[in-house]
Amino acid sequence: MDEQRTHIISALVLHKPGVLQRVAGLFTRRGFNIESITVGTSEQKGVARMTIIAKGDEKILEQITKQLNKLIEVIKVRDLEPENTVKRELCLIKVHSPTEKVRSEVIQYINIFRGRVIDVSPETLTVEITGKSDKIDALIDLVKAFGIKEIARTGPTAMSRGIKTI
Amino acid sequence: MRGGEALIKSLKDQGVDVVFGYPGGQVLPLYDMIYDSDLKHILVRHEQCAAHAADGYARASGKVGVCIATSGPGATNLVTGIATAYMDSSPIVAIAGQVPSWLIGNDAFQEVDTIGMTMPITKHNFQPLLAEEIPETVKSSFYIAGTGRPGPVVIDLTKDAQEHELEFEENIKIDLPGYKPTLKGHPLQIKKAVSLIQSAKKPVILAGGGVISSSSSEELSKLAEIIEAPVTTTLLGKGSFPEDHELALGMLGMHGRKPANFAVDDCDCLIAVGCRFSDRTTGKIDEFAKNAKIIHIDIDPAEIGKNVDVDIPIVGDARIILSNLVKALSKSRVRASGEWANHLKKFKMSTVPRTSFDDIPLKPQQVIKEIMAAVDEDTIMTTDVGQNQMWMAHYFLSKKPRTFLSSGGLGTMGFGFPAAMGAKVAMPENDVVAVCGDGGFLMVSQDLATIKEYDIPVVVCVLDNRYLGMVAQWQNLFYEKRFSHTHLGEVPDFVKLAEAFGVNAERVERPGEMRETLQNAINSGEPTLIDVIIDPEEILPMVPPGRRLTEMVGEYKVEAMEGVIYPEEDERSGD
Ligand SMILES: Cc1ncc(C[n+]2csc(CCOP(=O)(O)OP(=O)(O)O)c2C)c(N)n1
Repeated sequence: MDEQRTHIISALVLHKPGVLQRVAGLFTRRGFNIESITVGTSEQKGVARMTIIAKGDEKILEQITKQLNKLIEVIKVRDLEPENTVKRELCLIKVHSPTEKVRSEVIQYINIFRGRVIDVSPETLTVEITGKSDKIDALIDLVKAFGIKEIARTGPTAMSRGIKTI
Repeated sequence: MRGGEALIKSLKDQGVDVVFGYPGGQVLPLYDMIYDSDLKHILVRHEQCAAHAADGYARASGKVGVCIATSGPGATNLVTGIATAYMDSSPIVAIAGQVPSWLIGNDAFQEVDTIGMTMPITKHNFQPLLAEEIPETVKSSFYIAGTGRPGPVVIDLTKDAQEHELEFEENIKIDLPGYKPTLKGHPLQIKKAVSLIQSAKKPVILAGGGVISSSSSEELSKLAEIIEAPVTTTLLGKGSFPEDHELALGMLGMHGRKPANFAVDDCDCLIAVGCRFSDRTTGKIDEFAKNAKIIHIDIDPAEIGKNVDVDIPIVGDARIILSNLVKALSKSRVRASGEWANHLKKFKMSTVPRTSFDDIPLKPQQVIKEIMAAVDEDTIMTTDVGQNQMWMAHYFLSKKPRTFLSSGGLGTMGFGFPAAMGAKVAMPENDVVAVCGDGGFLMVSQDLATIKEYDIPVVVCVLDNRYLGMVAQWQNLFYEKRFSHTHLGEVPDFVKLAEAFGVNAERVERPGEMRETLQNAINSGEPTLIDVIIDPEEILPMVPPGRRLTEMVGEYKVEAMEGVIYPEEDERSGD
């Protein structure tokens, strides 16, 4: 009961201004710990899908879902089972790469991780990678040695495997 | 028609006949249209009072109360009243003016982020930017405020939306896909509850404000009687069950009645209805009703398991669920053992608190006793916050729902008087009496002007102890008698203050005077203030914060050992 776990909460919300603020505000006000929140359009017009990653025990999770459900603009909330969920994150990394040698090394790593170079300058390479968060962590770790200028991560977005929808 | 007119028409379509408000620059267009309408508007003297009055109106009548304020400082003044309504689940719709839409975000004159500011203290809020959105917004606001678990809704209305022309569409449909309150309880859960109640030897019912807002007092009484379960209430539940009933235990909690606190501690089955297990009600949470299986009935699923783990949750409307329970249990004819009810009846009689004193300055217990003798059971009593509130909660026996109005969740000083004003406007046939502390009353005393101007005949009893009594009590008990900034000095003269506003005023100083003075004030049909000089005295026993309900400190003097149920019959019947 008291075990802390990372939860993937998927929510369908009305796509209106202020909804993200309402959801984020609720987390602050109730003292819930939010790790990341992503939001974007869904398959339904006027409806957005949010993916919220939050840590807590079962009791906290139950409160989170119930409190989210109370928001008038929230249509549906589901705690996704980690084993039956596909979860992906996008990350952009700007790597310091002033020499040809560094460049080719970086590109090698990126190929292994199935990333892509999306911008080049005499001093830097900017790469894009999507995948599970730990894969992204691993790549970041690898290229750290060359010097990272900038990182931008979206936080994970997720949905259930198979035909299940929320 | 224009946006402002649409707002007025929409309010009237919702059955609104009176609003409490205060004008200003960004609601000028709306006020200009109110000028030509037959909407009754009561000009308060502070926006906080508009919100509290709308709240008092709602609590007394069960309808949705409405208040209006201008943008910026007007809206910020509403905030305390909105938060008060939110914490106590009171349905109000607060309308705030906003700068024109093209100025939003520019820190324009009197611009404040009303939506952001009220998000955490409302059930929902709206900012219709176009006049065409107004009718639907108003309809949705009333629906949200008044259904499910009631609560406040804010409409933040830009100046241009008030002015623009629109085509008013009659019979608009509202669409709220994310808002569908559950009303019927789950049959399986109800079945489980029935069998738990049948097997209980020592059941207790805990009734909260939800019983009152769902109008289920009758069902509650039936349930209590068929299973012979004693009933205790939360502060907001006062009046949901007649407190002079044999099975009534009085209020539970920090300032609860001793038999109530001990009964909940000892019971084997707690049937909690429409309450949220606030820390002021439960005492130390781990020790709360430790030996009991708990059934929790509430319309808000998020209240279930929030503070207390429950065995049988039932989400839905209390009236529907209670009548399901009554139906199932009256068929089975299984009663809890009469022994338990008898035991508590005896306990109750042996702890009857003393209320007769002949001291001068007056003892507050004596004052409450006289107030109770002076009013009838339909009188709407409001309280402020502090000792005055807890004396009333403890000693005043409420008999009907919607007759005891008090700020519970937020504990807002300054609530009692404007709430009484709102209640009287809502229920002109009922007498309305506010009981306030001297500190709290001073926070809103400017609205004496309002009750005079509109001839709203409420009676305000100021329990004048020249202390911020409740805080002083905590300093005495928990801060080594270091009375930091809780003595109010010897001013003001409340009688003169009231008279300056043209309001009748009396001073009461001796035993026996309170009852007569209050009766005369009520009979006069005029707004009246009664300045009651009382002894700075404590409200005891109390449960120190974070302690178990039975760990009460301080005893009250016991009136009689047996045979007498407080108050004495002849005391209650009046002249
Ligand atoms: C607006 C507000 N400010 C401060 C408090 C904290 N507080 C709670 S009770 C109390 C003292 C109230 O004094 P008074 O109104 O004289 O009533 P009494 O307790 O003496 O009956 C105070 C300051 C509050 N509840 N509300």
